[in-house]
Amino acid sequence: MSITTKPRDSARSRPPRVIRPAWEEPRAPLEAGARGIVLFGMAALIVIPLYIVVLTSFSSQATITAAGGMVMVPGELTFSAYEQILSGGVVTRAVMVSVGITAVGTLISLVVSVMAAYGLSRPGSYAHRPILFFLLITMFFGAGMIPSYLLVSNLGLINSYWSLILPSCISVFNIFLMRGFFMGIDQSIIDSARIDGAGDWRILTKMVLPMSRSVITVIGLFYGVGYWNAFFNATLYINDSEKLPLQVILRSYVLQGVSVPGQVSVGSGEVATLAVQMAVVIIALVPVLIVYPFLQKHISSGVMIGAVKG
Amino acid sequence: MTLTDERRPTPAAPPADPATLKAATAKKRKKRRALFKRDRTLLIMVLPALLLTALFAYVPIVGNAIAFQDYSPYVGAFENPWVGFANFERVLADEAFWSAVRNTLTITAFQLVFFFPVPIMLAILLQGLLSPRVRSLFQSIVYLPHFLSWVIVISIFQQILGGAGLLNQFLRDNGIEAVNLMTQPDTFLILVTSQALWKDAGWGIIVFLAALSAIDPSQYEAAAMDGAGRLKRMWHITLPALRPIIILLLILRLGDSLTVGFEQLLLQRDAVGAGAAEVLDTFVYYSGIQNGDWSYAAAAGLIKGVISVILVLGANKLAHLFGEAGVYQKS
Repeated sequence: MSITTKPRDSARSRPPRVIRPAWEEPRAPLEAGARGIVLFGMAALIVIPLYIVVLTSFSSQATITAAGGMVMVPGELTFSAYEQILSGGVVTRAVMVSVGITAVGTLISLVVSVMAAYGLSRPGSYAHRPILFFLLITMFFGAGMIPSYLLVSNLGLINSYWSLILPSCISVFNIFLMRGFFMGIDQSIIDSARIDGAGDWRILTKMVLPMSRSVITVIGLFYGVGYWNAFFNATLYINDSEKLPLQVILRSYVLQGVSVPGQVSVGSGEVATLAVQMAVVIIALVPVLIVYPFLQKHISSGVMIGAVKG
Repeated sequence: MTLTDERRPTPAAPPADPATLKAATAKKRKKRRALFKRDRTLLIMVLPALLLTALFAYVPIVGNAIAFQDYSPYVGAFENPWVGFANFERVLADEAFWSAVRNTLTITAFQLVFFFPVPIMLAILLQGLLSPRVRSLFQSIVYLPHFLSWVIVISIFQQILGGAGLLNQFLRDNGIEAVNLMTQPDTFLILVTSQALWKDAGWGIIVFLAALSAIDPSQYEAAAMDGAGRLKRMWHITLPALRPIIILLLILRLGDSLTVGFEQLLLQRDAVGAGAAEVLDTFVYYSGIQNGDWSYAAAAGLIKGVISVILVLGANKLAHLFGEAGVYQKS
């Protein structure tokens, strides 16, 4: 709650405008202006590049040539870049790979994390302290890239989609976050269910999960965004170009200058290379944008604030 | 560390008689067995997470043994010749390794000065200035880049500052010589930091906003009544409220000194060159995965890992010395 807002208990549905408390001296216009410029500038620095990338991806070859590259003022708009990359081919396949890994990976991560968090959340359960310790320690060191790579290689997971899921499957931080939430659930409800004969599986699925929807949504979204954005594990573990996820494809087209296939084929000559590149950026970005409002909602509802506060 | 829960009442006085002592341990064991039976389901639930952690976090630690071998992927794991510290000697004599160490520490130090304070300042600027609606819109915008991948962030920077990017379009249109900031080793430090700022400075304010919202507004009112101006109130109320979280984050960052945005650096290392953009993590990657010098890279990685653990423990100790809670408790 900011210090200048009134408590929310008023009947009005709109949040109140800024109301300066009586004790606070009026702001000098210069100071208020400077603050506004800094904050507005910061937001603009984030929004404008995104806007330019979106606009360029929708621009025709003629508009891009006229602008000499990235387009800032809307000209002729076209979907042709998206049509080209989504009509089959490398990018389409990469999108499917990324979607599949994100879906399966998030599901596995969530199931494993929820079970672990619940299993460790009952007070006084068998060996929970050494288990917590065992998990917690891994937050303070990494074993190193080379041994990890050799392990995945020895497990025969090179070029397998599982190499993109299993090694990064659980985040100990997320398990602890969920465990904290589960422990906050009123113990007497759970005890009474136990007295009525419910086992732990039943308590978890029928009582704890429905009560923890928001924390599970947030953590699921975090896992999902993590899988979708992962790039390095694929460069490490996947050599087969047919199995590469979208982020790796994006890197090779936009940052390493590999030409986008289909560019020279008959009939696609009017689609600008730059537009196609930017369209790949946008496709890599859109799923995050879609889930972002949900994330945002839960972040502001305090789940994450509570988490970072510890 | 004891296996039983601390809340369980411990037997009052230890019995002196060995026979009763024996009976007591037997009783304890029986109790533990009953506890195990009771909590079987819970343990089964934890098992997948335990196995994954054991396999992917603990087994590779043992795998670091290859740093003491002359490893070849074509020979069985235990048939590689042991070479003692030869790999470490090679690493420590390698100028490229020291260059990577220098680059890593330079980037860490630079970001400590030019990145670390930015979220704090932004949070204070944001606090109480705007209407709640504008505030939450601003937060929505500045949190967003945190969720974009490094590949996307660098692609966007490439289109703005790169050779064919927006900046150079503008420069060329005005008859000024174009400059590709994405491949300049001289300004790379600034580039890396601005990318980090663009991506994460906004997200960084979230912790500070949480700390700020915990301040009791009546403190400000009381201070104002006593004649404290805006700056005085910030100095005596706002900053002390942020102190614990600032120290905690500072310690975490110091403990992490040897790690600087690995993906970010890896993505740009080829364009900028190893001279400015090689850091410890990319050094390990290039010498091991790319050049196949496995034992050498493992040795370099192990040096980094061990020093990092020491730094984390040291930084935490430092926090305790300053009377702060630190990252973890001693207990």
